[in-house]
Amino acid sequence: MPNVSMTVNGKPVKADVDSRTLLVQFLRETLRLTGTHVGCDTSQCGACVVHVNGKAIKSCTALALSLEGADVVTIEGLANGTHLHPMQEAFRENHGLQCGYCTPGMIMTAVDIVNRKGNELDEHTIREELEGNICRCTGYHNIVKAIGAGAKAMATGGATAKAAE
Amino acid sequence: MSVTGIGAAVRRKEDFRFITGKGQYTDDVSRPGQTHIYFVRSPHAHAKIKKIDAKAAAGMPGVVAVLTGADFAQAKLGGLICGWTVLSKDGSPMKMAPHPAIALDKVNYVGDAVAVVIAETLAQAKDAAEKVVVDYEELPAVTDPVKALQKGAPQIHEMAPNNTIYNWHLGEADATAAAFKNAKHVTTLEFINNRLVPNAMEPRAALADYDPGSESFTLWNATQNPHVARLVISAFIGVAPEHKLRVIAPDVGGGFGSKIFIYPEEVVCLWASKVVNRPVKWTCERSESFITDAHGRDHVTRAQLALDGDGRITAMKVHTVANLGAYMSTFSSAVPTFLYATLLSGQYAIPNIYCEVDAVYTNTVPVDAYRGAGRPEATFVVERLVEAAARELGVDPTELRKKNFVRQFPYQTAVASLYDAGDYQASLTKALEIHDYKGFGKRKRDSERRGKLRGIGFATYIEACGVAPSSLVGQLGAGVGLWESAEVRVNPTGTVELLTGCHQHGQGHETTFAQLVSDRLGIPIENVIVVHGDTDKVQFGMGTYGSRSGAVGMSAIVKALDKVEAKAKKIAAHLLEAAETDIVFKDGKFSVTGTDKSVGFADLALQAYVAHKFPTGEIEPGLKEGAFYDPTNFTFPAGCHICELEIDPETGETQIQSWTAVDDFGTVINPMIVEGQVHGGVAQGVGQALLEHTVYDDKGQLMTGSYMDYAMPRADNLPSFKVDTTFTKCPSNPLGIKGCGEAGAIAAPAAVMNAITNALGTEKIDMPATPAVIWATINKMNRMREAAE
Repeated sequence: MPNVSMTVNGKPVKADVDSRTLLVQFLRETLRLTGTHVGCDTSQCGACVVHVNGKAIKSCTALALSLEGADVVTIEGLANGTHLHPMQEAFRENHGLQCGYCTPGMIMTAVDIVNRKGNELDEHTIREELEGNICRCTGYHNIVKAIGAGAKAMATGGATAKAAE
Repeated sequence: MSVTGIGAAVRRKEDFRFITGKGQYTDDVSRPGQTHIYFVRSPHAHAKIKKIDAKAAAGMPGVVAVLTGADFAQAKLGGLICGWTVLSKDGSPMKMAPHPAIALDKVNYVGDAVAVVIAETLAQAKDAAEKVVVDYEELPAVTDPVKALQKGAPQIHEMAPNNTIYNWHLGEADATAAAFKNAKHVTTLEFINNRLVPNAMEPRAALADYDPGSESFTLWNATQNPHVARLVISAFIGVAPEHKLRVIAPDVGGGFGSKIFIYPEEVVCLWASKVVNRPVKWTCERSESFITDAHGRDHVTRAQLALDGDGRITAMKVHTVANLGAYMSTFSSAVPTFLYATLLSGQYAIPNIYCEVDAVYTNTVPVDAYRGAGRPEATFVVERLVEAAARELGVDPTELRKKNFVRQFPYQTAVASLYDAGDYQASLTKALEIHDYKGFGKRKRDSERRGKLRGIGFATYIEACGVAPSSLVGQLGAGVGLWESAEVRVNPTGTVELLTGCHQHGQGHETTFAQLVSDRLGIPIENVIVVHGDTDKVQFGMGTYGSRSGAVGMSAIVKALDKVEAKAKKIAAHLLEAAETDIVFKDGKFSVTGTDKSVGFADLALQAYVAHKFPTGEIEPGLKEGAFYDPTNFTFPAGCHICELEIDPETGETQIQSWTAVDDFGTVINPMIVEGQVHGGVAQGVGQALLEHTVYDDKGQLMTGSYMDYAMPRADNLPSFKVDTTFTKCPSNPLGIKGCGEAGAIAAPAAVMNAITNALGTEKIDMPATPAVIWATINKMNRMREAAE
């Protein structure tokens, strides 16, 4: 089996993998980082979103072998120790989750939206940007609120956010 | 109210693990030496299995075993069951066809399992599954429930002639017919309540582990009711005796009904884990869940409303054909009957109602309870009829509603339900005010100036939650009781473990239940932990569905807390050398009335376990109490939802402009969580009305089998919601709770379609009102108008 090495949540990792292994399978099964979820098989739901080299991707769409040397951040790597990332805190504060299954992907997407669009996000922008993430529980109302609040908090708590990234 | 007590918007205790990726869902659990199972499924909707050749598959790399329906049959295990018996009009029982976990000689829908491959890895199991050769003889299929009843339709189960499961009815046929004869106005509507796929974001999953040493099984399963799963798997299927089967439902990623039922996959995993003597893991893929998770709704209905000259409703007549799919799922029979027809009176005093329901088999995925289960269908009938009647009579739809509201409680409906409390006028009035109904005319004119069609629609809904009492559901045919259990374990240090038979899969019980315990015992909420979802920890419980956890589950907790307090008072009396009747318990302290003598809760807990100074003949050591609670009635949440939307006639696209929800849920434990439940429910209802459609072709192939074809509501399909409440206390349980989990999904489809039909000026449009459907409807209306001119 071919070998792959990358950095995941700041730590170097290396493993032999079946060549068809997807990044999400590598994270969940090889590294046992089960915070990244699989909600569909057509790259529609966004439960598997992680950051690769600073950008959000759906980890069900990338082969692990194609990411040799990549820098990957998953939901497990977002907080700074026990100090939550402002976006994580915003989801809790605004009740932006119910069953929690889509949440890791939502939070990783949300951080990416802020990275791309800045800290002042209007409702329309947030809703448009969430096109690739499906939640069945919340009706999105509180997710939209959480992302707006989290975006603002990232401006002031940016140091934490940067350190975690 | 304390900052964490009843009524406080406490932030959720469970969130930390979810936002940090530390949740533990079934697929996150792995066992040493586990194998992976892959289900080979029928590509045909209806076919005979002539032969299965598994030899090549068995020889593939990594394959541990290939098992078929014949192997399962040889194990002499039972089939899957429907646990609620419904009788036909003539008294005959429903025709429950055999449902083997793996098909033996015939398949009845695309997705029916025919074999399983167990291998070292999932990829190996899938590769080998390609080599399982199944020789089918294809049969004609039927997917439309009305066609399934017609002469000459393909017959699915021998024991159910004409594909009929039951012909059921409720209400008075003759009195209703007489009222229609005397009516001044009759409104008639025909519609389809579209079939939906529940789509909890966590796909179903099962991990079975057999321990030959103790001859016992452990099953991790994404289920809403682990104890019911264990009971059915033991008592009816017989894989393992109940005391040797542990079912763990860890974190579960949404259910919406679809994870209530006992499915073939968990049964097969359990059986297979003993056959191969290794743990067996199955995780559903999304495309697989589209063709195996029980679907929802799928009614074809003709409904009529009779009114007198004064605008009072005098009668209602409903005929529904309900598609139950290829087999009867666990509670499927109850959904289009007792959960549907019993709510047809809506919020209105309707003296005569008659409802007939024909349930049929088709070559489709089995249909069962999905968020609301029968009540969204009933609300759709009632609220579409009332709205259409108001338009036909030229009166304001809110006025017609007001004229017919039930105002005296208790109110006995013509369809068995006994409404215990409510104030329907109050929720309507508040909703109209919040929504600025008066300003609608101006907003409509503004839209017209921009070339848009604006519509407003109402749903003044009622629903029934906390299905109970057990004696009543027993009379109605349920195979189970619908009580709930709780156990309060006070530790020597004064912290508390609360064990509940409910199960959370998004509802936030770990917070709300802890709020109740903390409030009552006067201890910090951090000192309470809620234990659920494990049959080894919680003795028995009925699980979570039908918005029952607040009304029924929390009532059981209250009852257990009553017992804890009673025993603690006995202990306090002893410790404080006072009469038990003189002990007062307040803010976490037991005091002797009229003195300054007191003992705190934690100190008392320690004394209860140390028991050094106990007269043990009178007081047992320890502080732990359990309770079973059986409610006296259903609860009846009700409210008013208003949908205002704008349609672009050029594209047929609908934009919801604003949504107002005013609900009466009785006592609210945590308003933040309750609002979240309303948001989510409304989103699912809007999904049904505007987006979601389950389409089968004539051969029984599911055309909408992924998120590429099945339109799930996304953030940009929905508005932010204005949510508020009114309050009448539920008299049927100690906390006065009514339940909030399904209200949004119940009210929303009717509110949306009333707004769409209001905007378009026609009643003839079915859900989902997609842009294509609306565009076609507008064009058809234009052509008819032109032809008339």
